[in-house]
Amino acid sequence: MHWTEYFGPLMEGAWVTIQLTAYSTVFGAILAFGAGIGKLSSNLAIRAISIAYIEVFRGTSLLVQLFWLYFALPLAGMAIGIDLRLPPVVAGVLALSLNIGAYGAEVVRGAIAAVHKDQHEAGRALNFTPRQTLRTITIPQAIPEMMPSFGNLAVQNLKDTALVSLISLGDLTFRAEQIRNFTQDSTTIYSMLLVTYFGMALVLTAMMRTLEAYVSRWRTARS
Amino acid sequence: MLFGYEWDLSSPLAFAISILPILWIGLTVTIQATVLGFLVALGLGLVWAVLKAAPSRLISWPAKVITEFIRDTPLIVQLFFLYYVLPEYGIVLPAFLTGALGLGIQYSAYTSEVYRAGIEAVGPDQREAARALNFTPAHTFTHVVVPQAIPRIVPSMGNYLVSIMKDVPVLSVVTVLEVLNVAKIVGDRTFSYLVPLTMVGALYLIMTLVASAGVRLLDTWLPKQGIPLK
Repeated sequence: MHWTEYFGPLMEGAWVTIQLTAYSTVFGAILAFGAGIGKLSSNLAIRAISIAYIEVFRGTSLLVQLFWLYFALPLAGMAIGIDLRLPPVVAGVLALSLNIGAYGAEVVRGAIAAVHKDQHEAGRALNFTPRQTLRTITIPQAIPEMMPSFGNLAVQNLKDTALVSLISLGDLTFRAEQIRNFTQDSTTIYSMLLVTYFGMALVLTAMMRTLEAYVSRWRTARS
Repeated sequence: MLFGYEWDLSSPLAFAISILPILWIGLTVTIQATVLGFLVALGLGLVWAVLKAAPSRLISWPAKVITEFIRDTPLIVQLFFLYYVLPEYGIVLPAFLTGALGLGIQYSAYTSEVYRAGIEAVGPDQREAARALNFTPAHTFTHVVVPQAIPRIVPSMGNYLVSIMKDVPVLSVVTVLEVLNVAKIVGDRTFSYLVPLTMVGALYLIMTLVASAGVRLLDTWLPKQGIPLK
């Protein structure tokens, strides 16, 4: 097998990696906003759930979470009589989203808390409900603050997708392992693998920068 | 049976208690890998930080590209590379050392930024004041810059120590018997993954909560104005 023949299977794997990254980044962002805003809620139950979620998923290892969802959850389901067997792709996306969502929640919370107090007071003076203040005043100002950290988390997420190869999901790393087992050509295949991840991370970083410029466009207009 | 300890499958609680000594052995490996990886990250990170700050672009530019490359590629792939490629060039390291080295290399890219940020956070007025007092550049660095950078650097390093601990399970791919790998083996042999994997999750939660509290305590305890080196 000539090394140029590695490209086919690797690209197939890369496509799976890209899809995993896209889905888990989007679901992770939704979870991040939910838990990040939830942690600032005045409702004790919502706050407790948000804090518990953030602490559990930030406090344990992603691989532990992945194995738990894939190997342990079906047994937990069996004990209570529900079928909780997840296909690898669902377990993978779920673990990645829950993990990155917990990290993102702290970013969202920090950015919202950093919006100046005067803004809340102005909202109240204009007779906005707390919900309106949050939606139309606080969050639009907090989002540009979150973007640099979200960019880092997206790259983190891309790197983390490599772990799903351990639950037999055919991502980039999994395909590379298959080729290596077949050809024993470790040096070439792992070098190609490293370079592919690096290239994908550079593209992702550029995309996040563009997104950052887009959501902060009102800022440059003002100053 | 694993490491000479039998498990008791009569009830989930009995199972949990009976595998505690087995998980403990895995946990000691996790802690050893964390400490060794952290030391490598601290040392190598300092090297990167110095190279990146070099006045010559011929040195600083390659250092920047290398750290960016390390930071943007997954730990698991770096471990595969170290474990399967280095032996082809005659460098054969035991799995544990490969793992700790891989962890250290990955995190050195992050710690180098911590050093840089810590040193840059010491304002230019401090350096100017030192020059006005006729300090040599070396003297300024060791007696003015470093003492003030330490309280800024230490808490961030503490956070990376916790991150390294959470990445140790990845070392299982190169056959290191850390706590998750041990729990997985127990699960493979008993067909009961729920108890061992949940216990690993709980152990991790305890360790990271304690470690994070320690980092916070360190942050409040360190004097913000700096620590004299004498």
